[in-house]
Amino acid sequence: MAHFDEKAKPFSHKWLNERMAVDTVKKVLSTEYWIPKDINFLWAMGMILAATFGLLIISGIFLLMYYQPSVDSAFDSVNYTIMNEVGYGWLWRHIHGVAASVVFLVIYIHMFTGIYYGSYKRGREMIWLSGMLLFVLFSAEAFSGYMLPWGQMSYWAGMVITNLFEGFSPTIAGGVANFPGFVEWLRGDYVPGQAFLTRFFMLHVFLLPLVIIAVIVLHFATLRIPHVNNQHGKEIDFDEAAKLYKEGKKKESKVIPFNPVFLSKDVFVMGVYFILFFYLVFFHFEFAMDPVNFDPADGLKTPAHIYPEWYFLWSYEILRPFNKDLGLIAFGFAQVAFFLLPFLDKSPVVAPANKRGLFKVWFWVMIVDMIVLTVMGKLPPEGIWTVIGLVAALVFIALFVALPFITKFEKKA
Amino acid sequence: MKEFKILAVVVILSLITYWGVEPFAHSQMHKHVEGHNFVYDGAADIAEATTEKAAAKKAFWGEVNQIAKLPGNAAAGEALFGTCMGCHNGAGINMGGVIPPVLDHAGSLYDKKYLIALIKDPAMASNVDHKYAVTMMHPMGAVQAMVTTPQQIADVVAYIKAKKVGKMTPQAAYEEACGRCHANRYGNLTQLGETPKFKTEKEALAHKLKVLDEQALVEKYMGKLPPDLSIMIRARSEHFMETFIENPQTQLPGTSMPRVGLTKEGYEQVKAYLEETGDPSKEARHAIGPWVILFFVIFTVLAYLWKKHHWKDLH
Repeated sequence: MAHFDEKAKPFSHKWLNERMAVDTVKKVLSTEYWIPKDINFLWAMGMILAATFGLLIISGIFLLMYYQPSVDSAFDSVNYTIMNEVGYGWLWRHIHGVAASVVFLVIYIHMFTGIYYGSYKRGREMIWLSGMLLFVLFSAEAFSGYMLPWGQMSYWAGMVITNLFEGFSPTIAGGVANFPGFVEWLRGDYVPGQAFLTRFFMLHVFLLPLVIIAVIVLHFATLRIPHVNNQHGKEIDFDEAAKLYKEGKKKESKVIPFNPVFLSKDVFVMGVYFILFFYLVFFHFEFAMDPVNFDPADGLKTPAHIYPEWYFLWSYEILRPFNKDLGLIAFGFAQVAFFLLPFLDKSPVVAPANKRGLFKVWFWVMIVDMIVLTVMGKLPPEGIWTVIGLVAALVFIALFVALPFITKFEKKA
Repeated sequence: MKEFKILAVVVILSLITYWGVEPFAHSQMHKHVEGHNFVYDGAADIAEATTEKAAAKKAFWGEVNQIAKLPGNAAAGEALFGTCMGCHNGAGINMGGVIPPVLDHAGSLYDKKYLIALIKDPAMASNVDHKYAVTMMHPMGAVQAMVTTPQQIADVVAYIKAKKVGKMTPQAAYEEACGRCHANRYGNLTQLGETPKFKTEKEALAHKLKVLDEQALVEKYMGKLPPDLSIMIRARSEHFMETFIENPQTQLPGTSMPRVGLTKEGYEQVKAYLEETGDPSKEARHAIGPWVILFFVIFTVLAYLWKKHHWKDLH
């Protein structure tokens, strides 16, 4: 039994320390959580994501107070009640909509930073995998949220994406990968309707946020032991560096404490980000709120162009140029390709891509290919766009097939 | 400095992606329609007409342009205008598919040449003559028997342009120009105008029945019930709205929506109303936005000083 000081005032520092070891917790999580000094502003993306997620939750709570998950009133509860009647309802909605779009931009920057600096291997595999899991969860969260205003794009995107779950054609492999009735089970109806809307509402406001918060905690936990990577991929003896820092030899030490030194830089980068973010919220929100979704859902009127939000376009474009079955395989490949990165990269070298020979080429081709896929995913599948889209999709697949060979070669070099 | 180089790479790649999925993709998805600045001289109609129709359109608009040159006599026009009041009386009774519009602000709302064309041949003026090719008659077709000579047309239009003018609220402009076919539920408008407050549910339901009856007539006449315009201003781009209202056929070939012939001024008023119902936060956004951004500029400066303080003795 631990010792408790009878005289300690309830909730005093000592009292809390005896019961919850607050000093130790503070050290472990904050003042003696060591971060390498050799970093740039890209290392702040994690905190920016956390802040944006916070904004999404806060704005979401306010929207939830007025949103009505009914096919008859969902559209007007968003576009009239929230936008016209509720004080500052428009502000919460624009924050929510812009944050939902911008959060993916930051996720991609965060992700490609990780790839560029090789921060997914040599002990950091779990950071990468939990991060990719967050990406999938955020995608599901974004998709389910997109259903809620019950506009034309909600309805038709919901139709197209749930159709994917039908599986492969019945003629493939005796129909083992064909799931008759699964789409209807998923929708709770033959077409997106009330059951569909209510279940996506539940997913969006309850189950998915809950899981996301849990996985964010996991993502933070995976960081604690391997530590954050640094700009040159140098291995750091954190114990020794921490000792130097604590002795006051800050210049010699290669590390800084999370709080307040790392945090002070994070908060500065966050400030710059929020200037841009609120500029978008007030003056340039249309990019995040597709005009098509301001037409109420109509199951009898297919929009001329159906496309997902920009952050899904690259994987949509990997699906689209092929026939149904090939497309599904390619799409599935695209979904797992990034997950497998730590295992496809056979080189033990942790260094910036630009210092890694052929991997440098691989990285920049991948970035360009992702951008090309994204743009082609939005363009109508006609003429030259189809050809470019197909080539870009094939390049994507080839890149990930080639990665083990490229990185093996690097090891010998 | 290295961080700025990295920032430049991130910003450039983000902007290329943005350009590709927004301005560029949209320019490829929607055909470009040239606006004609609310001038109605038939040039667009003739250009887009099929070869068999082009001659008739050319002749029609040629005559319209001729009539426009005649000096109209507003006093003589007033007497003739009396015959218009037989239908355009504000009684709200459906005639041949739609309720004839109130003409209180017609002189401000509608273009002179458009009015001339409309009186001469309503279907041609509205550029929906394809709808009346065989069996149907335009609901306003009777005007061709009432106001017949070029001089009479010029007189009536001179009267409308002189007397039926004045300041109108955006809502009045919308109701006169669009409201007979398009409801606007966020503006509490149906095809029968503003919905009053009712004391009993029975009265409300009785009114709703009347609205449904009116909508059924409009639907029968138009082929489908024209969409509610509550937030159309956010569902379509500004350029689409402008060119579509000028000449619906350019954006939706074959549509039964008639050209309404709005003047620039009339269009601005209608647009103002659509913004009132569809995008009411515009003013608030522009009022608050700069302050929020200023807050974060100050926040960022303070954060930078804090960062400097902690990082100054690290290197």
